[in-house]
Amino acid sequence: MTSAQITFLILAGIAAISAIGVVALNSPVRSALVLVVNFFVLAFLYFSLGAQLLGITQILVYAGAIMVLFLFVIMLLNLGNTNSAIQKKDGKPLIGIICGIGLFGLIASQIILPMGPRGQTAGAAPGYGSPQAVGYTLFTNYAWAFEITSILLLVGIVGSILLAKRRLKS
Amino acid sequence: MTWYLMLGAFMFTCGAVGVIVRRNPVVVFMCIELMLNAVNLTFLTFAAYSPSLLPLGPELTQSWMSGQMMVIFVMAVAAAEVAVGLGIIMAIYRLRDEVDLDSMSAMRG
Repeated sequence: MTSAQITFLILAGIAAISAIGVVALNSPVRSALVLVVNFFVLAFLYFSLGAQLLGITQILVYAGAIMVLFLFVIMLLNLGNTNSAIQKKDGKPLIGIICGIGLFGLIASQIILPMGPRGQTAGAAPGYGSPQAVGYTLFTNYAWAFEITSILLLVGIVGSILLAKRRLKS
Repeated sequence: MTWYLMLGAFMFTCGAVGVIVRRNPVVVFMCIELMLNAVNLTFLTFAAYSPSLLPLGPELTQSWMSGQMMVIFVMAVAAAEVAVGLGIIMAIYRLRDEVDLDSMSAMRG
């Protein structure tokens, strides 16, 4: 077992446990904090795949911006002591777990059967995830999609301001 | 490679179960983020382990670059989606003083 495999096993274990924690923990704040752990570990997995720029972007965008937004909304809503923070005792967890096992079996069979337990060896060129390579491709072949994404983000900003604005009493 | 894909599948399943089970809309959004990240991990795995050139055309088809571009656009869409979705949750909370997905069944406010 090489050191890369040991690193992957540790990171994947943390990611899997924190993914369960997001679903299983009762308080939304705890779910958010466990999700931050998950995003950080995913960034390290991206590093281990050789995609350095995307790993850094993952930390900045997800663990930084998006999770701050989540914690901010949880704080504003003050959900800690309302009813919806507590799970009702009904059949939903059981149904969910059964559906989850079925879904995981379905996807995993489609991964294992064609791929085999070993999989392929890495084929990408070294340095394929460097900022230079990603930026060159993004601004040449994908420039149109990049501009469309900027319009999408602009629409998102305007829409969220419009939704969160307090209505004036007329 | 297989185990990266299996981790992605597991995280996606966790997110899907969370969307089914949880009643808090903020936690449901977190589970959607979890699913998006699982798909990102899968994209990057296929990018890192792809063969050098697909027989499709010029350098646009360098498949490891295509996978990374998809991840970048998924991140941008996720950011926009979270901003709008949390705005909707805030508006509903202001309207009804509670956020419970099981009691939120009417399409009109």
